[in-house]
Amino acid sequence: MAIEVLTDKAAGAIATVTIGATKAEGGTRESVVTVGGETCLPFHLKEGVMPHPPVIAMEICDRAKTDWPPEIERVFGARLKDPPAWAEACEKQYGAQAICLRLLGAHSDYGNNSADDCVSTVREVLSATTVPLIIVGPGQKDKDNEIMPACSQAAKGEKCLLGSATQDNYKTLAASCLADGHSIIGESPIDINIAKQVNILISEMGLPPGRIVMDPTVGAVGYGIEYAYSIMERGRLAALGGDKMMAMPVICFVGKEAWRAKEAKVDQSEAPAWGPAMERGILWEAMTATVLLIAGADILVMRHPDAVEKVRGVIGELLGK
Amino acid sequence: MALSGLDIYKLLPKTNCKECGKPTCLAFAMALAQKKAELSQCPHVSDQAKEALGAASAPPIRLVTIGEGENKLEIGNETVLFRHEATFFHPTGLAVTLSDSLDGTALARRIEAVKALRFDRVGRSVRVEMLFVRNDSGDAGKFLAAAKAAAGSGLLVILASEDPAAMEKAARESGAKKPLLYAATPANANGMAAVAKATGCPVVAKAPPDKLVDLTAALNAAGIKDIVLDPEFRRLDECLWAQTQIRRLALRRTFRPLGYPVIAFTSSTDPARAALQAAVLMAKYAAIVVLEAVEPWACLPLITWRLNVYTDPQKPIQVEPKLYEVGAVSPDSPVLVTTNFSLTYFTVEGEVEASRVPSYIVVVNTDGTSVLTAWAAEKFTADSIAKAVRESGVESRVRKKRLVIPGGVAVLSGKLEEALPGWKICVGPREAVGIPSYLKNVWPSL
Repeated sequence: MAIEVLTDKAAGAIATVTIGATKAEGGTRESVVTVGGETCLPFHLKEGVMPHPPVIAMEICDRAKTDWPPEIERVFGARLKDPPAWAEACEKQYGAQAICLRLLGAHSDYGNNSADDCVSTVREVLSATTVPLIIVGPGQKDKDNEIMPACSQAAKGEKCLLGSATQDNYKTLAASCLADGHSIIGESPIDINIAKQVNILISEMGLPPGRIVMDPTVGAVGYGIEYAYSIMERGRLAALGGDKMMAMPVICFVGKEAWRAKEAKVDQSEAPAWGPAMERGILWEAMTATVLLIAGADILVMRHPDAVEKVRGVIGELLGK
Repeated sequence: MALSGLDIYKLLPKTNCKECGKPTCLAFAMALAQKKAELSQCPHVSDQAKEALGAASAPPIRLVTIGEGENKLEIGNETVLFRHEATFFHPTGLAVTLSDSLDGTALARRIEAVKALRFDRVGRSVRVEMLFVRNDSGDAGKFLAAAKAAAGSGLLVILASEDPAAMEKAARESGAKKPLLYAATPANANGMAAVAKATGCPVVAKAPPDKLVDLTAALNAAGIKDIVLDPEFRRLDECLWAQTQIRRLALRRTFRPLGYPVIAFTSSTDPARAALQAAVLMAKYAAIVVLEAVEPWACLPLITWRLNVYTDPQKPIQVEPKLYEVGAVSPDSPVLVTTNFSLTYFTVEGEVEASRVPSYIVVVNTDGTSVLTAWAAEKFTADSIAKAVRESGVESRVRKKRLVIPGGVAVLSGKLEEALPGWKICVGPREAVGIPSYLKNVWPSL
């Protein structure tokens, strides 16, 4: 008996965003990444296309005064205090398609680095790498507005992705992105209405859909991921249904969340029933990323090279490769 | 497809006898259509109408039960494609393979490993609940022995053999309660249907999608209703698409031949990769996932994801707002305060436990919201915290009146000291993860 095939045709497509600029395009990158363009739910490839498979960026920090989980410490060691070396390892050794520089050290609790410090880190990282750069501020309103314009200017022409604009603090960052040719991350607190509102506000500043990426704020497996999962599914359904103000690609800061989970960090001596911490932590990050892929992530920002490797494998499987 | 009130009316006696409690048969039909009445309320309804209405009102995806009693597993009866549309109701069953080619010791060791896959999470005990006993040996005696060992473990059992004779022996003699029989195929459908019929066990229909429809029809014809589908895909991309199609056909078309839960298999022998495959299969509609992996580090995140994806999105999970004791508390124990969002509470509780410093936790009713959300919504304020502390009775149980508040709401300190005379407010860490070090290093000096 022949079975009917139910295919859902999308009324709209996700916008495409390109990050990075080669020499010919006025930057210094040797490769660029493009995300978005989907006309179907994630990996529903029989009813639409995913012209640009999800991208994995690896996250580094700027000499922030913070502790790292033992497993991250084991992999990167002294490079955790040496952003260009850390970035270079991510690109050359671990195949990161993009680097995400989190300027956590500018946070008042983690070093209070100045705008000048941040600018020199941005310059160091750019010269140590050839892949596109994502730059994210510490998430403190005043501090973000102090350092991000300087970083934006320092990276002018590189077509970076800069974050994060929020509902009540988007003007400074949007103006910098406009002036220096970068794209922007609009962040919302696991709230679909605010996500759309942020997109509208940024758009009104003059940034086109091809230069906006959404950060819906995610949690790790076991730490509220189901909220992000459903918000992302709803957002993607709305976008495919034709809502252009929801049709921006999505970035998920996976590593930052996954490595906060107790299950990713606690030593086996404290939780014998859970098995070795190393495998557990890596899988916690990889599973968080995998679940978010299914919900519609376009850019995954991750920390552990082995987790990156595993998720790359899953993306291949989901694409039928 | 659901029947309209008028469709139902045509099947009723149309006598307006009022014995159902409604003024007319039409009114009763309307109530039935809205599921506000039950057909059994009509004493005069014909058998023919009962059958027609019963079939129409059956859920689009059949509920199938594996096992009996407290540990039974119910799968299927899902109503939506996306969890935000309502919720996913019946959590995916997790099964680990058990080959009957293993010798006695290896078999016992593997069963013990699966039994150990049991974890506590937000106050609930969660586990891998099934063994997938596979007749790799091709020998009915070895299959029965492995099935017996599996049944004796207290785990649920899936019996996997395509030989109806071996299956019948294992289903009847292993002691497994209502095991799932894997599988009826186009080649053995008659024999396997007879075993399922005789033992009353649910059975998997295993065939490629185009043949699956005929196979479930054949099983139905043999009187088998409790069916689980295996559309025989093993590649992850194909599973995702096939399972999506089956769910869509069942829900949007009420397509009965595929209106059953689906069993799916991970293909990787690498435990991490298999766990990731399972996470995808679970998100996209598998009612049972079979794994090779017995590594706890692979199963813990998977079981946690299962809890997450099957959480009712319309219901914030809450714990009772009251005073909790962690460990052997004394009058010198610290007092911490947090909200009644269960994830928040259990994270705090977990960290307090890890610190091995016996403590009191005062839980404030914030309608199931987390610390910062509750603070922003003015549900976690100096007044509500002070009220909860007073009502908890903790005041009379501790010597040192020191209240540890979450670092994220440090701004409340001043107002709280005013609202709670006699208490000193101490600002704890921003993240629960910092609690053990705080209780060990900072608290003693306060």
